[in-house]
Amino acid sequence: MPLNNITFRLAWRNLWRQPRRTLLTLGAMVFANTILVCMISLQFGMYGLMIDNTLSMLTGHLQVLAPGYKDDGKIRQSIDNAAALASVLRNDLNRSESNGLEHKDADGDDERVKISVRGKAFALASSEERSFGILVMGVLPEHEPQVSSIPGLIHRGRYLSSGTAQEVVIGSVLARNLQVDLNDEITFIGSGRDGSFAAAVISVVGIIQSGMTDLDRSIAQMPLHLFQETFTMGNGAHEIVIRAPDLSRVEETVNRVQQRLENDSGLKVYDWDQLEPGLKQSIQADLISAWFMYGVLITLVAFSVLNTVLMSVLERTREFGIVMALGLTPGRLGRLVMLETAIMGVLGLVSGILIGAALVGWGGIYGISFPGMDEMGKQFNLPARIYPELTVFQLTLGPSIVFAATLLASSWPALRLYWLEPVQAMRGA
Amino acid sequence: MKMIAIVSRLAWRNLWRNHRRTLIMLVTIAVGIWAMIFMTALMRGMVNEMVRDAVRVLPGHVQIHHPAYLDDPNIVNSIAAPDEKLLEVLNGPDIVAWTTRVRVPAVVSSARESRSVTFLGVDPATEAAVSFVAGDIVQGGFLENGDDDGIIVGRKLLETLETDMGKRVVIMTQDPDNEIADRGFRITGVFDANTDALEEGYVFTGVKAAQGFLGIPDRIHEVAIVGSDFRQIDGIYKAIADATGPDFSVLSWTELNRYLGTLLGVMDGFVLIWFVVVFLALSFGLVNTLVMAVFERVREIGLMLALGVKPMIILSQIIAESLWLLGIGALTGNLIAWLTIRPLREGIDLSSYADGMEMFGYSTTLYPEMTMGDVVTANLVVLSLGIIASLSPAIRASRYQPVEALTKV
Repeated sequence: MPLNNITFRLAWRNLWRQPRRTLLTLGAMVFANTILVCMISLQFGMYGLMIDNTLSMLTGHLQVLAPGYKDDGKIRQSIDNAAALASVLRNDLNRSESNGLEHKDADGDDERVKISVRGKAFALASSEERSFGILVMGVLPEHEPQVSSIPGLIHRGRYLSSGTAQEVVIGSVLARNLQVDLNDEITFIGSGRDGSFAAAVISVVGIIQSGMTDLDRSIAQMPLHLFQETFTMGNGAHEIVIRAPDLSRVEETVNRVQQRLENDSGLKVYDWDQLEPGLKQSIQADLISAWFMYGVLITLVAFSVLNTVLMSVLERTREFGIVMALGLTPGRLGRLVMLETAIMGVLGLVSGILIGAALVGWGGIYGISFPGMDEMGKQFNLPARIYPELTVFQLTLGPSIVFAATLLASSWPALRLYWLEPVQAMRGA
Repeated sequence: MKMIAIVSRLAWRNLWRNHRRTLIMLVTIAVGIWAMIFMTALMRGMVNEMVRDAVRVLPGHVQIHHPAYLDDPNIVNSIAAPDEKLLEVLNGPDIVAWTTRVRVPAVVSSARESRSVTFLGVDPATEAAVSFVAGDIVQGGFLENGDDDGIIVGRKLLETLETDMGKRVVIMTQDPDNEIADRGFRITGVFDANTDALEEGYVFTGVKAAQGFLGIPDRIHEVAIVGSDFRQIDGIYKAIADATGPDFSVLSWTELNRYLGTLLGVMDGFVLIWFVVVFLALSFGLVNTLVMAVFERVREIGLMLALGVKPMIILSQIIAESLWLLGIGALTGNLIAWLTIRPLREGIDLSSYADGMEMFGYSTTLYPEMTMGDVVTANLVVLSLGIIASLSPAIRASRYQPVEALTKV
């Protein structure tokens, strides 16, 4: 395509007739692109961490609950024979997925769906010195570590050893407030499922420290069996907590669990967005304000490009008049102008991505922190330093929009060429 | 003086020799300024509303506790009612309202359900001016006086406990000797709050009734104090801390809610960064416009110099052009900002994001707050950095050699 080649060479030369102007316009693009690449990488990195840390704490990716339990959380809204149902689900979901033999994918990641069961009840926890009202959980010690990060946060002592043990693990602030230590006993007093008086004396075997004061102040976990006995739950429990192999496969897992549950009338399946509605909404709210800011940046850059292109067209009116009189079509000229912008756009895109990637990569190694991050981290379950990742999507999203906006901005000056009268233009408008 | 008038008139006319370019630049500057002010007004509104809400729930701008209470909110970590020295400060002119409260963790049970809550004994006469609950009663009424032994619960808690107005609930907690203290309370009022967590987390009774039930006559856990402005609490904080002495812990809301305190602190920094980023984005266009304006007129400038116009005048003329652009652009931007923020005075409804807002601590209605300080800062940033940015083309123009410039094609 020799003709295109000529257009390209013309465009390239035209750009450097005014090197200062071209460089300034490029500068605007590179500036916006770099900011967009860095901010978007940081933002998405934070969202990922927020979702992951919040869900892996207790919520899991999806839960099976008795109807009404999600909103009311009443002790009577329980699932009968929950542990047995969980183990059926565990078998079903994992067998049909990979023929029950190999549970690793190509990367060696665990592909199994993890399932555990919890019972929850409010009770007054009393030591010799103190009493506090807390939410007590009954868990399956062998399965809980697969769906929740709590068992891994044992600060002293150990996690629950077996389903039949008479033991409890509690948060570090609760331990301090109750003034108890490992091997001390705590009395739990509350009401059972049938409204009867429930009480148990259980010794502490482990202390959990998550760093989130509210959680450390309120958490107590005991084996499900002991929980059922204490709160007259029979074989019932309140939550079947399920963790999909990864976030992208939650929907698929929800569907499969729903299919399996068809016979167990009444039980409801909720995904993490329904369980933690605040999570997605706070991300959306943050995205809206972020995109407002990005939108402003992109608009300003687009105006800057528009000005440059318009100037470059206006100052060449005479020249364009001549080449049109010689038989060049307005379409060709328009394409020339657009190509000039496109070349600038590509240069801006590439350098913006390169600089942005370098900055993000640097942040990925050394971590990024800003004032207030510590407090924000505690609120949103984030670490005090963020290590953003380089992904193609995050690198290209912002710069591509800038590129599109610059092309859009240059289309007006390019279209104007269709109304250009060669004779008038040659006389110098 | 006359010189300035001529320079600025020349600059004005030069500006409109290429009206398209000037108009585009004006729009760019106006959009930039608008974005600066508008975005900042939204953020200020959001953060201030968050703080106001938090202070109403906390409650108070300053709180006094037993030094161990916050880490260990136990019944034994109580304090005596304010003594004369403290009362003098509390009843002083700088303090709008204050109240004392008994505050202990407890379990509330109906016949069907139990929940852990914070059990508060309050003095209804003073509580109303400090916290949210008295104003948001939806059923029954608030407590009559400190001896009132009815209990006020949140709407959500009433639902969860499957109980009703006039029925009894049992409060179970500990007395100072760690004996279980429990007693039935009749529900005499129901309150409504922004969040379920509040409606489920707090129950209120009269302060004297609570002291009697818990066996801690005349002891309290918390003094909550409200000043006139949550941004300026250093004065009352200091006066209170001086009056209480070292045996009490006096904390401001910025320490009680570190997240919000920090947020308010980093806001100013963030606003400035936002201003500078927006300015930088539009500065490329500004410099470009000036560079072009100079470039087009090289011969003209050469002629002026040859005729004896001082380089300083050329320089001021370019700066004057830049100032006209910045000034008109900024004025328009301010006007648009005012016009767009004014209709939003009634608040922006964010209830479709209610849960997410709750997570941030935001309320569901956003009232933008356009403050004089932010508007002045935005304009100052644009004008001062704008002049700095236009120095380079202006200096270039003033340094042309007349002969070279005149003969330039």
